[in-house]
Order: sequence, then structure tokens, then C-alpha cells
Amino acid sequence: MKAYSLFKKDWQSELRTRYAINALAMFILVTISVIMFSIGSEKISEYLTGGLLWVVIFFSAMSGLSRAFVSEEERGTTMTLHLIAAPSTIFSGKLIFNLLLVFLMNFVITFLFSILFNSFIIKNITLFAVAFLFGNIGIAISSTIIAAIISKASSKGTLYPVLSFPILLPLILTLLELTKFAMDGNSVSSSFVEIAVLVCYDVIMLTASYLLFDFIWEE
Amino acid sequence: MTNYTVELSNIVKYLGRRLIFDGINFSFSSQHIYGISGPNGSGKSTLVKIIANLISPTRGKVIHKNNLKKVESVKLHNHIGFVSPYLFLYDEFTAEENLLHFSNIRGISFNKERSDFLLNELKLIDRKNDLVRGYSSGMKQRLKFIFALLHQPPLIILDEPTSNLDNPGKEKVYELIKKEAENNLVIIASNEDSDIALCGQVIELEKFKRAI
Repeated sequence: MKAYSLFKKDWQSELRTRYAINALAMFILVTISVIMFSIGSEKISEYLTGGLLWVVIFFSAMSGLSRAFVSEEERGTTMTLHLIAAPSTIFSGKLIFNLLLVFLMNFVITFLFSILFNSFIIKNITLFAVAFLFGNIGIAISSTIIAAIISKASSKGTLYPVLSFPILLPLILTLLELTKFAMDGNSVSSSFVEIAVLVCYDVIMLTASYLLFDFIWEE
Repeated sequence: MTNYTVELSNIVKYLGRRLIFDGINFSFSSQHIYGISGPNGSGKSTLVKIIANLISPTRGKVIHKNNLKKVESVKLHNHIGFVSPYLFLYDEFTAEENLLHFSNIRGISFNKERSDFLLNELKLIDRKNDLVRGYSSGMKQRLKFIFALLHQPPLIILDEPTSNLDNPGKEKVYELIKKEAENNLVIIASNEDSDIALCGQVIELEKFKRAI
């Protein structure tokens, strides 16, 4: 409940300041436009479109999701948070906020891909939905803990992609594989190993984040 | 009436290689006002941050007890009211929205009656629905007092409590501090003579330096 209250505060604040939403919207718009211009009238393969989808999602996450903690640091309200909530509440609240942002962002990106790219054809929607669900959860968890780490650093902009790349790489590779399977029309049961990897990644990242957050949050 | 105590046991703090203070041993207890004084850079803010569990000491222990029971560090935030120049509230919210969010995040129900009482005492009641962005520095300082007192904490830590306040504001703050000290523990870190004059005992940080 306390974490939900923190999320509510963050969401209300976001609606007033548009701190992350504007950055994300602009990034998505610009990236997809650049891809469309560079492709022109060329026909690209289905697999390549699937790959591009996750590339756009990865870089959009880089540009918007760090804001959860960075905005508090920049406004000087980190200490205020220290004084009103336990570290686990803060991490949970920020995670809910990033989950919502990731799902919104990725729905928009996937929707734009489906209407703008003819080669973006998913034959097994259920498999894609499963990958999308667990993938988004993984991106949100990883981005939240990385955002907490980099918010204390002086060169936040550089550090975020540098730290994110090795942490998100196994997730993105699994998601690319699953998207390829969904495009081929493979069944959910035949993709069990990749789905299990995805779920394990989420569980490991969530556990590690809760264990580490106390140390990160302490000055 | 609560019996809140804070025990500082051999507190040492280094910032990088610079020693800030060394070997502070002190006990604070309810119904008293304590002062922490020293020149600029002597570590007043650092010490109050250590007491409030915002930063850790390099060595030593801080033990908080409420009615003789040790307070767990994860629950400490709800026992502390904190005012400081480096504390910021959310500019994009009104004063009342800030207080409402803080209560909800603390997990306590928002006491509108107390909120209005404090807003009235500190002359912010007419501006409670204005965004904090439009407040003057003095008004923000008064709002910080409400933030610190709203949840009725047994420990109130005030770092430079009267900075940015005009004379009537200072008088009101002194009145509130004395009233709070009837039941609670108040610690003031300041250089202002008038702030320190309220304190029964004062820790002079200059005495806790050693040559390195």
C-alpha cells in the first residue's frame, strides 16, 4: 500500500512535469522515423523487423526509465524519500512506476511497428504476448535498479547505457529469439526453454534488486 | 508521553581522508532540547544526518530507543521529524498535496485537522492549495516544519531551523519547538545564538576534532 502511494505520487508528478513521458515519446518518434527513412522503399525481412523492434525498445528504455531516481536526485528530493519510507517501499514504488511506463511505451512501439512495417507479422500472438509480458517485466526491474545505481553518479548519461548493456543483453537476446519463434508460428510449448530463461531472469533480477537496494540507497 | 532516547557511542566520521569529528559519546532523551554547534564545516549537518540514519558513521553506533525498545532502522523514518536547508519538497504539488502524499507513503492516515492546525500556526493556511513552486524561501521553510511535525514524531531534528525566516516566523518556530519539547526529544544544529539559547545542553563539535 505504501509502495502504491509512492507510485501514485510519482505518477501524479509525472503527469504534471512530463519528465519521462516527453523524453520517451520524442525518442520513440525520432527512432522510428529514422528507421523508416533509412529503409525507404526497400523490403526488409520479418526477422530484421523483429530485431529492430527490440533495438528501439532497448534504447527507449535507456532514455526514459532512468528518470525514476534521477529526477529525485536532480530535484534534491532523495533525502525527503529517505525520511518518509523504507528502502523496500521506495524500490517497490519506483518499480511499479517503471512497469507502467515500460508497458505503455512498448505497447505504443509495437503498435507503431505493426501499422508502419508490412514485414512485422506475428503468426503466434500468444507466444509474442508471453515474451512481451515477461520481457517488459525484466526491462522494468533491470532499469529500476540500474537507475538507482547511476542516480548517485556524476556522469549519469554515460553510465546508464554502459551498465544496462551487459545486464539487459541476455534478456534482449532471449526476446529476439522468442520474437523470431512467434513470427515463425512456433507453439508456446516448443519455446518452453526460452520462456523459462525469461522467467528466471525476472526472478533473479527481482531478488538481487531487493537484496542490493538497501546498500545502493544508503549514502 | 513517550520516552525516546538516542545514544551516540564513539561516533567517528571521515569524509574522504578528512576527519570531521572523532569520538562523540552522548545520550539524548525526551523532554529536552539539545544543541549542536560549531563553525561552518565543523560537521553539524553531518552529525544530524548520522543521528537521523541518513548517512552512516565511519565508526561507532547510534541507538534509538522508544520506550526502552530499540527502534529498527527500517522503521526509524516514522519516528523522526527532520528540517534542514538541504531538504526539498515537491514543487509541482501544493502544500496540502505534499503533506497528503507524505502521510500516505508513511502508511499513516492523513490527519487533516492537524495539517490545518499546523498550516494555520505557520501562516500557510491561505496558500495551502498553491503550488510549492510559487512559495518564497521562508514559506518553504515553514512548510518543512509542517512536514516534520505532521506525523507527531518523538524525535525532532532541526538543522538551521530559522534560516530564511522573518522575525515573526522565528518567534512562531521557537514557540513550536518549546511546545514539542514538552513531550518529545528535540535536537537543534545551528550557529544562531537565539536557536542555541533554547537548548539545555549543547555539543560543541570543535571539541571532537583531533590532529591528523
